[in-house]
Amino acid sequence: MIEYGAADRVKVTLTVNNESLTGYASSRMLLSDFIRHELGLTGTHVGCEHGVCGACTIQIDGRPVRSCLMLAVQAEGREIQTVEGLSDKGTLNRLQQAFRSHHALQCGFCTSGILMSMTNLLNENPTPTDDEITDILSGHLCRCTGYVGIVKAVQSLVLENIARENGENA
Amino acid sequence: MKKIADKVYVSQALERVEDSALLAGAGVFADDIAVGARTGHAAFLRSPHAHADINSIDIKTAEALDGVHAIVVGEDLRAWSRPFIVGVKQPMEHWCLAQDRVRYIGEPVAIVVAEDRYIAEDALALIEVDYTPLKAVVDPEIAILKDAPVLHEAVGSNLISERNFSYGDPEKAFRDADRIVSMKVRYPRNACTPIECFVVNADYDAAEDNYDVLANFQGPFSLLPVMALALNIPVNKLRLRTPPDSGGSFGVKQAIFPYIVALCLASRKAGRPVKWVEDRLEHLMAATSATNRVTEIEGAVTKDGELIGLCYRQLEDCGGYLRAPEPATLYRMHGNMTGAYKVQNLAIENRVVLTNKTPTGLNRGFGGPQVYFALERLMHKIAVELKLDPLEVIKRNLVEAKDMPYRTPSGALYDSGDYRKAVLEACKKGNLEALKKRRDQVRGAGGLYGIGYTAIVEPSISNMGYISTALTALEREKAGPKDGGAAMATVSVDALGSVSVTMDSTPQGQGHRTVAAQVVADVLGLKPADIRVDVTMDTAKDNWSISAGNYSSRFAGSVAGSVHLAAIEIRDKLKRMAQTSLNIAADKVSFSDGKFSDADNPDNAIQFRRLAGQAHWSPGLLPEGDVPGLRAASSWTMPELEAPDPEDRVNSSGAHGFVFDYCGVEIDRDTGRVRLDKYVTMHDAGRLLNPALVDGQVYGGFTQALGAALFEELSYTADGTFQAGSMAEYLIPTVAETPAPVILHMSSPSPFTPLGAKGVGEGNSMSTPVCLANAVADALGRDDIELPLKQSKVRDWIGIRETPPTSGGAVATPVADKDAITGRGELTIRLPVERVWDLLLDPENLEKAIPGCRELIVEGDHSYRADVSVAVGPVRGDIVALVKLSDLDPSKFLRLGGSADGPLGSSTGSGTILLTATGANGDATILHYDYSVSLSGKIAAVGGRLLGGAMKVLIKRFFERFIRIAAPETAPAGFPLFGWLENLLRAIGIKR
Ligand code: FES
Ligand code: FES
Repeated sequence: MIEYGAADRVKVTLTVNNESLTGYASSRMLLSDFIRHELGLTGTHVGCEHGVCGACTIQIDGRPVRSCLMLAVQAEGREIQTVEGLSDKGTLNRLQQAFRSHHALQCGFCTSGILMSMTNLLNENPTPTDDEITDILSGHLCRCTGYVGIVKAVQSLVLENIARENGENA
Repeated sequence: MKKIADKVYVSQALERVEDSALLAGAGVFADDIAVGARTGHAAFLRSPHAHADINSIDIKTAEALDGVHAIVVGEDLRAWSRPFIVGVKQPMEHWCLAQDRVRYIGEPVAIVVAEDRYIAEDALALIEVDYTPLKAVVDPEIAILKDAPVLHEAVGSNLISERNFSYGDPEKAFRDADRIVSMKVRYPRNACTPIECFVVNADYDAAEDNYDVLANFQGPFSLLPVMALALNIPVNKLRLRTPPDSGGSFGVKQAIFPYIVALCLASRKAGRPVKWVEDRLEHLMAATSATNRVTEIEGAVTKDGELIGLCYRQLEDCGGYLRAPEPATLYRMHGNMTGAYKVQNLAIENRVVLTNKTPTGLNRGFGGPQVYFALERLMHKIAVELKLDPLEVIKRNLVEAKDMPYRTPSGALYDSGDYRKAVLEACKKGNLEALKKRRDQVRGAGGLYGIGYTAIVEPSISNMGYISTALTALEREKAGPKDGGAAMATVSVDALGSVSVTMDSTPQGQGHRTVAAQVVADVLGLKPADIRVDVTMDTAKDNWSISAGNYSSRFAGSVAGSVHLAAIEIRDKLKRMAQTSLNIAADKVSFSDGKFSDADNPDNAIQFRRLAGQAHWSPGLLPEGDVPGLRAASSWTMPELEAPDPEDRVNSSGAHGFVFDYCGVEIDRDTGRVRLDKYVTMHDAGRLLNPALVDGQVYGGFTQALGAALFEELSYTADGTFQAGSMAEYLIPTVAETPAPVILHMSSPSPFTPLGAKGVGEGNSMSTPVCLANAVADALGRDDIELPLKQSKVRDWIGIRETPPTSGGAVATPVADKDAITGRGELTIRLPVERVWDLLLDPENLEKAIPGCRELIVEGDHSYRADVSVAVGPVRGDIVALVKLSDLDPSKFLRLGGSADGPLGSSTGSGTILLTATGANGDATILHYDYSVSLSGKIAAVGGRLLGGAMKVLIKRFFERFIRIAAPETAPAGFPLFGWLENLLRAIGIKR
C-alpha cells in the first residue's frame, strides 16, 4: 500500500523574509530542500549539496549560512532571509541593480547565494576593501561570469557608500 | 557585405532583460517547476567498478521498502527500447542502463522510483548486484595494445575508428624541410561543470503511447531522433520541452539525453510521472567529459621558421561508450586543423579508442583545446629549436588579410579577418614590451618567469555534415550528403502591435533574449522593452530542426541572423500594407519612429500598431498575395556549409573568428605555484551585437580555461577508479585565483552571416590553456608540459624533491601510491604478546573494536563477515566486509586479506601484524602493522584528499579501541594526539 506523505513529518515554525510560517519536514530533510520544495521559495539554488559552491546560501538570524548543510528541523524558531526577500515588490534593491548594471550574472544560478553573502558583507561593513570582497566572494563558485562583473558591482556600491559617508560627514 | 538596416540598439551594451527575474530569485529553472502529486522521484544505482560483468541484480528487498514505486533494471529496457545508434560502424551496444557489463565507474545500473528522493536513495542501498570485476584500462595508449582488456568484445578491439587524411603534398614538404620539429602531447580530461546539474521530468502517456519530457537539455536537437530511435517511437511521440532558465551548460547538458530515455522508461514502468535531479557527485563522476587526447604532432619548417608541412597523429579517448554525437570532438576542427597559419600541406591520422571512463561529449571549445594544445605547443617549440622569437614564428605564418576568404587545405573557408593587424594591435595595446621587461627583471633577480603566445582561429556555426568526415567517402555516398546548419526564428506581431519572438537557440545563461530584442527592435523601429522573447522550446509546437540548440557558438552568427531575417520579413509586409493603405509608390514608403509615411508627404502616415491590427482584423485590406495575420518564420542556413567532398575536405564551420593571446607567468621556485601575472586576449568576432555580453563570454570562457590549465582534472587511477567526485576534489577557479584578463577587440564582420557576427564564447577555451603552457615552457625551458599545471607536477619539473614525512610513534603514515592507499604504524600495549594475540583472534573483541561495526559473524576458520557503517566526508553508508586471517604464527605474525562492498563502493585490502615482546619483563608488546587498500566507487571519488587520512584514522581508532578493551587501564597511553584528531575528524565530517 502506498501512503502519500507518509514520511515522518515534523512541524517547523520559522520566520522567512519577515513572515511567520509553518511547514512540515521529515526529520532528515535538508533545509535547502525544505525552502525550495516545501515553502516553494525556489530562488535559493542547490549546486553541490556539499557545502562548496555557495549557491544555497541564505541568511539565518542575520548570518550567511549554506542551507544544504543544515536540516530543516534545525531552522525551528529561526529567522531566515532568502533572495526573494531582497527586492521590494519587483523593484530591485541597490545591490541587485548594481549586479544588473555590471553584468554580474549570466545564468543566474549562483547569483542568489552570492547576493545573500554580499548583502551580509555590506551590512556588516558598508565599505569593504577589495581584498575583503574577494575573501567573501571566494566562498562562492560561479561558472559563467569569471567574477569580474560581480566584483565591479560590489565595488560600485562601496564607492557609493563612501560618497554617502563623506557627504554625511561634510 | 550585405547591407544592414539602420540600427539603434544592436552593438550597444544594453542591460539584460533576463536579469530582473534572476536577481529577484524568480527565475524558473527546471527543478523549480512544480510537479503533480503522483510524481515519483528517481535515483540511480551506479557501478562501483570501472569494468565488470553483472551476474545478477536482486531488487526484492528494495522493492519491498515503503514508498518505493518501481525499480528499473537493464533487462526491463529490452521490451520498450533499443540501444542508442552509434556514429561509427561497429557492433557496440550502449543502453541507458547497463545490460550485462559495466564499463565505467558511475555507469547507471538501476533506477529506483519512490515517493521522494530520500526514500529512493534508501532503496538504492538495498539493491544487491553481483559483479565479477574485470581488468580495466584507462590509458588510451595502453587500450590499443594487443593484450589490453577489450570493452566491447563484439568489436574485438578498443580501437573503433581510424581514418587517414592527406591534403596538399605533406610528404614533399617533409622531404624539403630544413628541419622537422615534433612533439607528443597529452590533453587531460576536464569538464565545464555548470553549477546547475541535470534535471528531467518524464511522463509516459499510455493512451497515446507518447512521452512528455521537460529537461534542461541544451541541444543539439539532432539528438532528438537519437532518443526517439532508442525509445522505439517516431520523433513526434517524444515531446521535449525546455525550461525558461538554465543554470549554465557550456556544452555539458547535451549529455543529459541518455537520462531522458532512461526516465521515460522509468515513468512507463512506474505508471506515473518521474522526476530526477542529478546530484554533484553523479555529475562529476558520470555525466560527461571533454575527450582526453594523445597527439603526436610534427612540423616541417624552413630555417627561418616558415611552416611548410604539418602532420597530426591524434588518438582520441571517448570513454566507455561512443555516445552521440561522438566522435564529433575529433572532427569539429577538421577544416581548421592548420589554425591561423597558411601551411597548405597537411596529414592527419585520426584514431578513436574506448577506455573504462565516463563517455565524452560536448564541452566548451569542443575539440579546440585539444587541437590547439598540440599546434601551439609545436609553434613554441619550433621557435625554441630554431632560436627564434615565438611571436615572430607566429607572425611569419599567419594567413594574410588579402587572402580572405581563405580556403584551408582541409576545406574550411575562413570568412574574414586581418590576423597580422590583430596581433600587432594586441602587442601594442596590451603593452607587450612592458611584460618582456618584467620577465627580464624577474629573471635577473633569479626568478622563474615566462611569456606564452597563442594565435588561434575560433570556429562557430557547425556544419551538420562535419561528423560524417569520420566515415569514408564511399560510406558517406551511401548515406547521402549531410551539410548545412539551419537556424530558425519566428517574429509575430499581435492585433495590438506587440511583438513576440521565439528562436531555436535554447540559451543557458548567455542573454540571448536581450540580443534578440535588440535585433528586432532595430528592424521594427521599436524599443527592446517592447519585444517579448521566449526561449523555451517545445518540440511539439516550436520551429526546430536537427541543428537547433545551444552549441558551436551558433547564436550570434546564425540564430540572431535568423531573427533579423524574420523581422525584416515582417517589416517588408508592413511596408507593402502601408503602400496600399497610404496609396503611394513602393519606393516612397519611409519607416521611422514606429510610423510608416509617405517620403514626400510625412503627414500621410500610419502607425505600426494600426497596420498590425489591420493584418489581423482586416485581411480584406491586405495587398494581393499577402496572407492574414502578422507572423514570420525564418529558416536560414549558410550555403558555404557544404557536405564533405570526396577528397574529405570540409568547411566544418560557417564563421571563423580570430584570437591572439599572450600572458606572463611567474613560478614560485619553492612551491611550484604558477601565478598568472598578466593575460591579454585579443578577439575578432566580427560584428559585436552586445559588447557587454561578448565580454561576459570572454571573461567566463577565460576563467574556465584557467581552471583547465591550472587545476581541473577528472582524474582516474590506473584501475579506473574515479577520484574527483566533489567540488573539493574537482577544483574550479574562485575569484581568488582569477585575475581579470585584458580584453581587446577588433571587428572584421563576417560576409557570410546575416548580421556580420561570429561566435565568441569558445575562443579562450581553445587559446588559454596552451597559452599558459607555453609561458610555463618558456619559464622552465622545457618541452614536456602537461595540464593541469598542478603544483606537485611543476615542483617535479623544477626538480624539487619532496621530503617524505617521518614515521614512527603510534601514528600511522599513509602513503598514497598510484593505485592503493598504504600505511604502517606501531604502538606499544602494556600486555604480554600472548594476551594481545588472543585478543586479536577473539571475534567478540574485534566486533567491539571495529569502528561502526554492528555485527561480526565468524564464517569459517579465521574468516569473518562484518556489517559496518562508515562515514567519510560527505559520504556515509553501510558496507559488508569479508576478512580472512592467514599465515598465522602464534603470538608473532598474521596476515589479513579481505574485501568490502556496499553502496559506497568496493575495496580490497591486505595487511600484516607483527608482535614483538618488549618491556623490562617482556610484559608489554610492540604491535607493528601495515596495510594497503584499494578502493573504487563513490568513496574513492570523493575521497582523494580525505581517504589517506581517513584510513589512517579508522585504523588507528581500531587499535585505540582495541587497547581500551584489552587493557582499559593503559589507554589512552601512546595517543597524545587523540583528542585533537577527534576534533579534526569531526570538523572535516569523518566523524560525527
Ligand atoms: S549547494 Fe550548498 S554549498 Fe553548494
Ligand atoms: S552566473 Fe552562471 S554560475 Fe554564476
